[in-house]
Amino acid sequence: MEDVDLRLDGNAIAGLLGEVFALELTGARAACAGCGTIAELGAEPVYAHAPGAVLRCRNCDDVMIVVVHGGGRYWIGLSGTTSIELRNSL
Amino acid sequence: MAGTAVLGRLTWRLAEVVRLVDETPRVRSIAFDVPGWPGHRAGQHVDVRLTAEDGYQAQRSYSIASAPGAETLVLTVERLEDGEVSPYLVDELRPGDRIELRGPVGGYFVWTPEDGSPLLLVAGGSGVVPLMAMLRHRVAVRDGTPVRLLYSSRTLEDVIYGAELERVAAVSDGIEVVHTLTRSQPAGWSGYARRIDDDMLAEVSWPATDQPAVFVCGPTRLVEGVAAALVALSHDPLRIKTERFGPTGG
Repeated sequence: MEDVDLRLDGNAIAGLLGEVFALELTGARAACAGCGTIAELGAEPVYAHAPGAVLRCRNCDDVMIVVVHGGGRYWIGLSGTTSIELRNSL
Repeated sequence: MAGTAVLGRLTWRLAEVVRLVDETPRVRSIAFDVPGWPGHRAGQHVDVRLTAEDGYQAQRSYSIASAPGAETLVLTVERLEDGEVSPYLVDELRPGDRIELRGPVGGYFVWTPEDGSPLLLVAGGSGVVPLMAMLRHRVAVRDGTPVRLLYSSRTLEDVIYGAELERVAAVSDGIEVVHTLTRSQPAGWSGYARRIDDDMLAEVSWPATDQPAVFVCGPTRLVEGVAAALVALSHDPLRIKTERFGPTGG
């Protein structure tokens, strides 16, 4: 099996993100720290088969968001995202 | 309105099975009564969690098949032979059984009639499920959005919702359903008989100048192939929303 088969959409981790964030995140627009591309997080490629979920930029493939859940805690890496624009309702 | 109960924690709810419908030899629709269900939008999914007697938990996401506001919440699940969750859902669940689910989740792969543009739906296999919620929603609210569904299945026997799709296309103005059967075709089959390709998309899709809303759902390679082909046909990448299943759904 190749990496391409394991690629999902940001949409696929909506539940995981919903465990942590009060507002719906997959419809939110986020800016990539690497190339500046802004897209809805639900549209970004996600690899969820690792110990955590890794969300990358659809344009430059840089890692934007990492979420690891285990041992009773969440670890969230956001260094690849400069801003996230959330709507306060769907 | 549907989807208003978004704020607040995502909580696990007990859902009771009220009805089972065999769609194909490998696919079953399961209708649930979910007390406290906040409503959903067409295209959203739920997470399902099973807990074994020893405490082991397995969790998977399944698209919602029912229209927003429908009496029951319907999931349509394909049995994956080496899956942890789907064989139980498809083969073991009986009316009256209860399982844990949470949702609706996902605010991205969602269609509402207010979009106003023609709708192009492209499905591979059980990728038709969230797209069916969109079609059912359009029919339920008597919306007039022109819709084309291009649906790839292996064989005629594997077509999910076949009778309903035929009926909806026959009685509704502006709904067209186009099948392609990739592995085998019945005698006299006049539809497409190959994998979705550029030529097929060019024939079936709305012209890019109509700026259709596009939703593509299915196995990862199909979804990415379709999305790339549509971009090559000058469709706006931002109007193409994808939901990849990955290699398995479990």
